Amino acid sequence: MQTLLDFVQNNLQQFYIVILSVFLGIEVISRVPSVLHTPLMSGANAIHGVIIIGAIIVMGEAPSDNYLVLALGFMAVIVGTINVVGGFVVTDRMLEMFKTGKQASSKQIKEN
Amino acid sequence: MQTNILSLCYLIGSVSFIIGLKMLSHPATARKGNLAAAAGMAIAIAGTLFLYRPAGIEFHNFQWIGSALIIGTVIGSVAARKVKMTAMPEMVSLFNGMGGLCAALISIVEFGHIAQDHAAMHVLSIIAGMIIGSVSFSGSMIAYGKLSGKITDHAFRGQHIFNLVILFVILVMSALIVMGYIAVPIFIFCIILALSLVYGILFVLPIGGADMPVVISLLNSFTGIATACAGFLYNNPVMLTGGILVGSAGAILTILMCNAMNRSLKNVLIGSFGGAKGASGPAAGGEGAYKEISLNDAAMVMGYAHKVIIVPGYGLAVAQAQHACHELEKSLRENGVEVKYAIHPVAGRMPGHMNVLLAEADVSYDDLLELEPANEQFSSADVVLILGANDVVNPAAENDPASPIYGMPILEVGKAKLVIVNKRSMRPGYAGIENQLFFLPNTSMLFGDAKDVLQQLISQVKAL
Repeated sequence: MQTLLDFVQNNLQQFYIVILSVFLGIEVISRVPSVLHTPLMSGANAIHGVIIIGAIIVMGEAPSDNYLVLALGFMAVIVGTINVVGGFVVTDRMLEMFKTGKQASSKQIKEN
Repeated sequence: MQTNILSLCYLIGSVSFIIGLKMLSHPATARKGNLAAAAGMAIAIAGTLFLYRPAGIEFHNFQWIGSALIIGTVIGSVAARKVKMTAMPEMVSLFNGMGGLCAALISIVEFGHIAQDHAAMHVLSIIAGMIIGSVSFSGSMIAYGKLSGKITDHAFRGQHIFNLVILFVILVMSALIVMGYIAVPIFIFCIILALSLVYGILFVLPIGGADMPVVISLLNSFTGIATACAGFLYNNPVMLTGGILVGSAGAILTILMCNAMNRSLKNVLIGSFGGAKGASGPAAGGEGAYKEISLNDAAMVMGYAHKVIIVPGYGLAVAQAQHACHELEKSLRENGVEVKYAIHPVAGRMPGHMNVLLAEADVSYDDLLELEPANEQFSSADVVLILGANDVVNPAAENDPASPIYGMPILEVGKAKLVIVNKRSMRPGYAGIENQLFFLPNTSMLFGDAKDVLQQLISQVKAL
């Protein structure tokens, strides 16, 4: 019990961040139209790729002669980057199509 | 100084994620929101690379980090650019799995450091990150396999109980390690890792393919939490905010998706389609006779109709027939026919899948009807053309309480004068249930690949 209380006391700032972020996350997307569900999921998917920072830290702190850690860290950085880059590019491709769709429609309106 | 700039980078990163997510939830700003989040991510990563210098530890191996970043960027951007529009849901699942794997790998490496630093909460965030990351990784891989058709549904008797037992074992073992009861925890740690991977597989395997979007969204939320665990571990604010934001936004998004199908999350996860099949079998019964319509007749009735509503589904996506579909729409318009598209919120494999696909073929945004306006217009339509959609037009959702999709709002196409259903065969849809719509007196079947059928229809309509 004492350890838990100490832990909360020592990491009070983080706990505030966690709790506020939970509510923020709910608030930010609660009114999303169903058309955007997939792009939003894909965008959120890219954002959690921020885990890559952890992978970079692991790699940077690894001793140069510990090949097991280096190999695991190397893998982690690669897959993390795939998550980030792929996630943002896929989301952009999805949304790009929405945009051309809209442009096409406004063009048609003009033609009519 | 360096640390101050780094903190600023992380602050910018966190704020850009919040603003990015906010902008992503409005159609007009969505694309900019994605770019804003990506820019924030780039700043946070660059800051870590150039400014992160922990006290007392040499920060090096830049050649490895750099080459891994380049390899990952090349693989990620090529995969994301090459993927076909139809396969995007699989791709998202795959990328999510990569994030989960990354979290798991970090935890495995960090576990090696536990011997020097045994703060219980430290160990807890490592183990939690590892378990959640592994579940998310293996689960996403199964979801990927299911969406791409490589893996079929599997369920055995008592699987839910078996899953709960695995989960219980994982939790007990983790608790023992965290409390420090186990002196040499490497072996136990490996068992937890293996069990987590197995749990992810068994968790997703029995869930029907039609529910994969919900599952991917849920796993997405899991990976967010795993990221937050790592953020706690490194005391890194941008990982913490990013992870928790995705965790909570993903959870809400999962619930919103379930609501769009009028089902609860529990119903999706436990009452899987596979298990309910036997129950609805006898009720569906009565394999009535169905009518076929020739291409000629179909082109004729559509060409001379006042109003045609097209209902696209996954079959359209598979056949890559969106461009042909737009062609048909144009040639019908030239004949003076009013053409609309009725888009069910969960048509295709993901919410919004059809919108993306039709937008690719330059179909005008104004011609897409959502569920409720579409249902108001069906009674005034002469012809409804269903292109590879099945479960979203199945009347069993309204009138068969035993059906696994009972309660899902559907497109009430039966109100139209004539319904033409294009399918490759009489095989049931993704949910694996019979569709009574096909046996209604005003329904006619037009078998064949959506693209071939559409191209022939176009030439016939043009010849009218």
